Amino acid sequence: MTRLSDATRHIRTKQAGPFWVTMDIWFKDEDSYTRYHDCPALSAETFARVYGTNADFVKRIPMPEFNLVKISYPRATPQGGMIERDMHSGQQYARLLDIELD
Amino acid sequence: MTANRSESVTIIVPCGSLGAGVREEEIEYGLRKGAQAIATDAGSTDSGAAYLAQGKSKNSRGAVKRDLTILMKAHAKSGIPVIIGTSGQAGGDLNVNWTRDILLEINAELGLSPKIALLYSEIDGAQLKQLNRAGQVTPLPPLGPLEDKTIDECDHIVALMGVEPYLKALDEGADVIIGGRSTDPAVLASFPIWKGAGWGASWHAGKIGECGVQCSENPTLGSGVLLTVGQDGFEVEPLSANNRCSPYSVSAHMLYENTNPYLLTEPGGQLDATDATYDQLDDNRAVKVAGAVWKPGQYTMKLEGAGGGLYQTIMLVGIQDPDVLQDVGGFHDRFLDALYTRAKHGLPEEEHDHFHISLRMYGWNAVDGGPVPEGTPAPRELGVLFVATARTQDLANAIAHTCNPYFFHYPAVMDKELPSYGFAFSPADVPRGQVFEFKLNHVVALDDPLQLVRFNWINA
Repeated sequence: MTRLSDATRHIRTKQAGPFWVTMDIWFKDEDSYTRYHDCPALSAETFARVYGTNADFVKRIPMPEFNLVKISYPRATPQGGMIERDMHSGQQYARLLDIELD
Repeated sequence: MTANRSESVTIIVPCGSLGAGVREEEIEYGLRKGAQAIATDAGSTDSGAAYLAQGKSKNSRGAVKRDLTILMKAHAKSGIPVIIGTSGQAGGDLNVNWTRDILLEINAELGLSPKIALLYSEIDGAQLKQLNRAGQVTPLPPLGPLEDKTIDECDHIVALMGVEPYLKALDEGADVIIGGRSTDPAVLASFPIWKGAGWGASWHAGKIGECGVQCSENPTLGSGVLLTVGQDGFEVEPLSANNRCSPYSVSAHMLYENTNPYLLTEPGGQLDATDATYDQLDDNRAVKVAGAVWKPGQYTMKLEGAGGGLYQTIMLVGIQDPDVLQDVGGFHDRFLDALYTRAKHGLPEEEHDHFHISLRMYGWNAVDGGPVPEGTPAPRELGVLFVATARTQDLANAIAHTCNPYFFHYPAVMDKELPSYGFAFSPADVPRGQVFEFKLNHVVALDDPLQLVRFNWINA
């Protein structure tokens, strides 16, 4: 069993404008990247479930030159609303750290 | 006044945002390297909608004046233009005028009278409704078509400028440009383009330099970067001698706050950096970037609109009571119920469907508000943030006042003596003002890049 935090050297989230969050997942090495960057555990459906976003909007850009996959999704509520808890979306990645990749 | 096309164009990017802390010795270094202009933005949407909605700056007046003074001294010494974009954090008219007034104060103190161009790109609701009715406004996901009601909810609306207004200001001899809301790369790309550098190279340099020293190996070691832009590529180096840029630090900046690191849509086209190359130069501190392509297209300006809605009042307690800590989830649910019931007793009937209370349990699940995995150990202490939201500040304050005794004493175990939790402040409640939100995620298509831009000149 490999968790996302085991297979990566760095993960970050940040707002990409007021309506989007973008997540950069740097895998530890080429092997981990090849094996996991498009695995089902990192599917649009996972993002819809964990972040309450619409799976149809989730964007995924693999960047093998960095052993990185960039996954972006619309915020469930726009930045700064009544129930805002993470204005810059900088802590959103933490909920995925323990997700099991295989 | 276009330079020889074989020459490269050097600009100082003194910081990631005006007011963040320009360093005098870095500007000196850039001038010694032959810089022909200084360009930086002064804001972004990152910190939320309040700054556009209220027309206020995030950086303090003192910090902006300090930085701008250093830049104006460099201008006085060298004669090179100073270009500021997205002035006053949000780049609305109020934000531009706030920055203008600081500039005029500095000029009076230094005895300078440069030719100043003010670029305004705020538009009013009626103008936007007209553009929308003419079919020129398109939504960007996840939003849908623009409705008049949404426009009416905005206190201020800006259109993001590209390079064209800056090119016009430079054509007309501006020494200093105080620009309203602009795309970050446009502020930096405009001078190299005006001097004849390649459009792809200039836009790509603008994107890489947009956050100043952030594209270096160690962003804590300085503030700015030097960009030297040619026809097909550019070089970037940090302005501090003890820092360096690497191919990794530069190329990784394309990922930052961006959903697509290869394609950037900008006013009047798209920057395609798919085939860009990043190579270390021999000095081991500068990076040569080449190969990005500018693809001209329909001229569009992105719109930002922000407005204030409901009002909030907050309270904070610290809790180390073991009875609370052993069942934080259950305590939260009972606590919130009790506060809602209590709040309704203190509010007029007609407000009962128009208020909201949330409790954010810092130390437990405040960041996401979601379920906590089974078996999570009890925290050592909790910070509980109470957030009341209502239609007016008075109502939000009234909810906090009514709830105050419960928030202070609500027990985890009913048959024990009432606990008293740790308030941090007196008075305990903090009126927080309005909730501000961005309302627009749309672009407007235009035939004329200057149609929505207003120019004002000082010392012309």
